[in-house]
Amino acid sequence: MLLTRTFEEKLASMYRGGRITGGVYIGKGQEAVSVACGIFLQKGDIFAPLIRDQAGRSAFGEPLVDVARTYLGSRAGPMRGRDGNIHRGKPRDGQLAMISHLGAMVSVVVGSLMAKRGRGEKNFIGLTTIGEGGMQTGATHEGMNIAAVEHVPLVVVATNNHYAYSTPNDREFACANLVDRARGYGFEGYELDGTDLAQCLDVIGSAVKRARAGRPPQLVVASILRLAGHGEHDDFSYVTDDIRKEPFAIDCLKRAEAFIRERDLADAETLQRWREEAAEEVENAFSAAQSEPVPSGNEEDWSAISRRDLVDEIGEGGSS
Amino acid sequence: MSITYLEAIREAQAKLLRDDKRVFIYGQDVGGSFGGAFKATKGLAKEFPGRVLNTPISEDAMVGTAIGAALEGMRPIVEMQFADFSSIALNQILNNAGTHYWRTNIPVPITVRLPSGGTKGSGPFHSQSMESLYAHYPGLIVMTPATVEDAYTMLIDAVAIDDPVVYCEHKYLYYHLKADSLPNDGIPVGKARIARSGRDLTIVSYSAMLHESLSAAEEIAKEGFEIEVVDLRTVKPLDTATVLASVARTGRLLAVGESFPWGGVTAEVIARVSTEGFHLLDAAPARINAKDTPIPYHPNLWSTHRPSSKMIAAKARQLLRE
Repeated sequence: MLLTRTFEEKLASMYRGGRITGGVYIGKGQEAVSVACGIFLQKGDIFAPLIRDQAGRSAFGEPLVDVARTYLGSRAGPMRGRDGNIHRGKPRDGQLAMISHLGAMVSVVVGSLMAKRGRGEKNFIGLTTIGEGGMQTGATHEGMNIAAVEHVPLVVVATNNHYAYSTPNDREFACANLVDRARGYGFEGYELDGTDLAQCLDVIGSAVKRARAGRPPQLVVASILRLAGHGEHDDFSYVTDDIRKEPFAIDCLKRAEAFIRERDLADAETLQRWREEAAEEVENAFSAAQSEPVPSGNEEDWSAISRRDLVDEIGEGGSS
Repeated sequence: MSITYLEAIREAQAKLLRDDKRVFIYGQDVGGSFGGAFKATKGLAKEFPGRVLNTPISEDAMVGTAIGAALEGMRPIVEMQFADFSSIALNQILNNAGTHYWRTNIPVPITVRLPSGGTKGSGPFHSQSMESLYAHYPGLIVMTPATVEDAYTMLIDAVAIDDPVVYCEHKYLYYHLKADSLPNDGIPVGKARIARSGRDLTIVSYSAMLHESLSAAEEIAKEGFEIEVVDLRTVKPLDTATVLASVARTGRLLAVGESFPWGGVTAEVIARVSTEGFHLLDAAPARINAKDTPIPYHPNLWSTHRPSSKMIAAKARQLLRE
């Protein structure tokens, strides 16, 4: 959580300084939910994260340098400058590369899990995240339904951060509680307070265990407030003063630090050392990525398919 | 022995399931004893238990699931009940499968079968030809087999290709088109075929329109003109070299397709010949497509909406006079 917050603060500051091309999307306020999504996953599991899941990606083993590489367009990064920011992944390592169309990855995880089951693999699960905004797409509906039909070991963690970009909950859905949908899909559903790390670990950890044990797919609905804009270009002035006073608006990182201090799990000096170590790790990631070559239009092979012999050769004419 | 275009598709899938454990078929009503709305998977669920699976009416999730399975090493074949319904899955096909190799360096070997094109009385939502739309987007191979032999070998090729393939099978050809036997080997993927040799005019076509074009060529032959007919076989990649070589022989070009007229395969053929082979042309190139309206229900309207051998012959005569 601390590493993610530190990394993303640096990222936001680089964006403001004009050093990042394109958007920057951070998970401020969602780190506790996200880290709990990644931390229980093992080798062989499938993780399909979304835009506010740096903490979960790191917990599942994504090196920070790959994040920096993707934001800076390094050729050494997993996307080699061809895609940027949060659109990254290493599918061979179970880290799927999200597309922007919300809900599209739910069924992709289902297919990967079916293939693993078909191969006779054991003890694997898939976990994907969605927001309350993404819960309203047809793709999410189709994906959750087919997950239950195929009875795959899937956990869907839906974080209600109370805004789909600028649109508040009352214009997003009209059901009393999103977790009620679990029953409708044939999932088992649970809720949690996403500002409370201990609860995130407990509820999401239990859902992961149940999925591994062969229970039906699991839906966990977390409640938080997004403590940043949709992206760093967004001043989130639409977030009302009233909603900022809600219990779900508490900063999960501050709450986790207070918990550590109250229980005397670490002293102030140790916390400070952790912060310094995180800052150093972040600096190292960016400085490594910054020194790497970026792609060049002239060197690119411009082939969208792997079968080079089947590339459609489209001439531009003008010579005859 | 006689085998239809539809039976060739079923036989190709049976062979694929038999020969390759990675293959499974995923689609609405394909499983059980039903075997698909057109029976393209008849008997396969029984012969290959657990590998021919019925799905909910969820085109997006059907393709998404296939993508996920393909990333884990499988070779899924998705059957759309009708090509028209693949519009629901456009996002998965174009934005997920079609971008994946470019973005991650990992291709997505899925085959999406689209029962395409018009038959009498099928109306606006069960008649569409969507090859032009899929060909427009990067990252996909788009096949449009016109013969029983190609229906068979190209489906086998499609599954072998590591990249996503949209396989447009024509419903009009399902029962009408017959062959004596199935071939062991086909023409290489991406190569067009000279379906009829000629010297006076080149008609470039594919899928069901190939047969309308061949009929038109036979009709015109009685008038003393020999039309060369090129079967594109795959519209993406488009075998420009074979088309240009034919136009070099004939000096005249007519492109015929069943999809809607704005942009698309016929426009692409004419653009390529005009830009890369302008000097080969003795007359302005021409094209015929379906009309720019939804596809009509009544046979009288439908048979005028869709290009016919009569329309093709009329346009060919006009071109031959120029």
